[in-house]
Amino acid sequence: MIQIKNLHKSYKMGTSSLHVLKGINFNVEQGELVAIMGSSGSGKSTLLNILGMLDVAEEGDYILDNVPIKNLNETKAAKYRNKFLGFVFQSFNLINYKTALENVSLPLYYQGIPRKERQQSALNYLEKVGLKDWATHLPSELSGGQKQRVAIARALASKPKVLLADEPTGALDSTTSHEVMDLIQKINQEGKTILVVTHELDIAQMCKRIVKLKDGVIVEDKKVKQVLASSYV
Amino acid sequence: MNSLKVIFDRDTWQEIFGSISKNKTRTIITVIGVLWGIFIYIALSGAAKGLDNGFERQFENIAMNSMFIWAQRTSIPYDGFKIGRRVELKLSDIDYLKQRVPQVEFIAPRNARGVFGGGVPLVVRNNKSSNYNVYGDYPELTKIATKKIYTGGRFINDDDIRYRRKVCVIGERTQTELFDEDEDPIGQYIRIDNIYFQVVGVHKFVPGGGFESDGDIFIPFETFRKIYNTGDKVGWFTIAAYDDADVVAVEKDIKVALKRIHRVSPDDERAFGGFNLGEIFNKIVGFSKGMTLLSLIVGIATIIAGVIGIGNILLISVKERTKELGVRRALGATPSEVRNQIILESVFLTVIAGILGIILGAFVLAGINAATQDMTDFPYTNPTVPIPFVLGALFIMVFLGTLIGLIPAQRAVSIKPIDALREE
Repeated sequence: MIQIKNLHKSYKMGTSSLHVLKGINFNVEQGELVAIMGSSGSGKSTLLNILGMLDVAEEGDYILDNVPIKNLNETKAAKYRNKFLGFVFQSFNLINYKTALENVSLPLYYQGIPRKERQQSALNYLEKVGLKDWATHLPSELSGGQKQRVAIARALASKPKVLLADEPTGALDSTTSHEVMDLIQKINQEGKTILVVTHELDIAQMCKRIVKLKDGVIVEDKKVKQVLASSYV
Repeated sequence: MNSLKVIFDRDTWQEIFGSISKNKTRTIITVIGVLWGIFIYIALSGAAKGLDNGFERQFENIAMNSMFIWAQRTSIPYDGFKIGRRVELKLSDIDYLKQRVPQVEFIAPRNARGVFGGGVPLVVRNNKSSNYNVYGDYPELTKIATKKIYTGGRFINDDDIRYRRKVCVIGERTQTELFDEDEDPIGQYIRIDNIYFQVVGVHKFVPGGGFESDGDIFIPFETFRKIYNTGDKVGWFTIAAYDDADVVAVEKDIKVALKRIHRVSPDDERAFGGFNLGEIFNKIVGFSKGMTLLSLIVGIATIIAGVIGIGNILLISVKERTKELGVRRALGATPSEVRNQIILESVFLTVIAGILGIILGAFVLAGINAATQDMTDFPYTNPTVPIPFVLGALFIMVFLGTLIGLIPAQRAVSIKPIDALREE
């Protein structure tokens, strides 16, 4: 699903430049649930941004679902993001003046799907994350865990190939964290490829594979025995 | 064509409504900025038009390119005559003037008794009497200065002139002073300087015509001539030029011609006096044109200020919504979709504000119109703004709204989604 070869990225900081990614090589197969771990400054967020086409690498190849991702202009990147990727953010990033339903249907709006279809589909995904009854509520009327579930529904709505989650439980307490991870595991079991960036080990252990980053290189890449989040709940 | 589809798409508008109703207070204040601009524009140009119409109404009874010409004393000795000779206009001048100054459409010679000396004639009917000014007139006068005659009556006609009839047209005041209230004056007789005249009409007095009053009595020129023994003498000419003629030049040509025929020095500025209504009217027209231009400039300047306000607010709004726009782009909004949304927000706000301003302006104009309706001496009638001007203003607003919207839209697009998302 994802093939990355010799990925380099550095940021210019005034006169000096900061080499953040120093040659990353890794592949992700269809249906994997990968945790990307590392301390802050290890380059895990940069890697996720490049995977999410929010940022571009200086060197190296990135192939997503057999499509080489390079020489993207903003319009093309937007189309690819919409088609291939679903984002889940640490701070949810729901649009606060839109209801849960409208938030979920937003990526479908940008896909140009007719209104009725869009709402029906959005409602299905809300039902899937267990928030059908909250469809007309604004984000401010939802709890943190509910917001993140809405965000997951929104990420799923565009039927992406890969789900990218950046610290999805970073702003949640442990109980709601486990609920959210439980949902992510269930989605993964349905065959969705998911990448989760986290620095919490217990969250990482709920994935099927852990990739550890340190100072811009992969220091560890191992398959783990998945801990089911439902066992905590 | 894709952009057209976006404009008519219900979802586009839902997005726009969503984002502009997010901060209602700010949206309303922004809208008021442009609303005020278009309101000023509409109110000012409507008022200017009202003033224009008002002046036109004041002058509706007299040809706008007319003038009075009279004779005075010479101020330069010429052709053997000494200085200070009294010049008299003559009936024969009419044909000569018509021949020499082709731009002249009508010439009405007039004589008067009472206004410019000669003793105010005594008018008697039964046991009532009073003094009124009496004018000797040709029917041509009505082609230059309309005389409104009350129902049942008429003005002096050609037969009156030909047969030197002793008929007269009296004023409103003359009627109330000499006749009983329920009495029809038409066909009745009054005595002017001891000669009986039959009343053929009553004229409605129109103010603004100079020295005339509501008591004036008009009699046929030829009758006047015979009664007061004026011979060929004419008191003054009332002259109308053709509509397309330059009245100032016509007045000059007439005076040149008169100086020649009356053997007055060409340099003598005092021998003939003139009062050029056309020139005054042109000045007033120029004034109201200036007012219209001023209101246009002020209005458009205010609209621009308002639209810049919208641009300003949208810039702030884009800054505040950086994160939201980043999320949208992460979810697959293309830069052009984001740009279009911001521009449409700008245009939408501008148009809404514009339409509200036009409606408000129209109400105010209607209010002023209703308040000044009964004030006949106030030159203000039917204040309107021509539809093309309104549409033009709307078009300018849409154009400026788009233009100013481009700035925040470009700003919104120039922020990378990753930076937008990182912002807390």
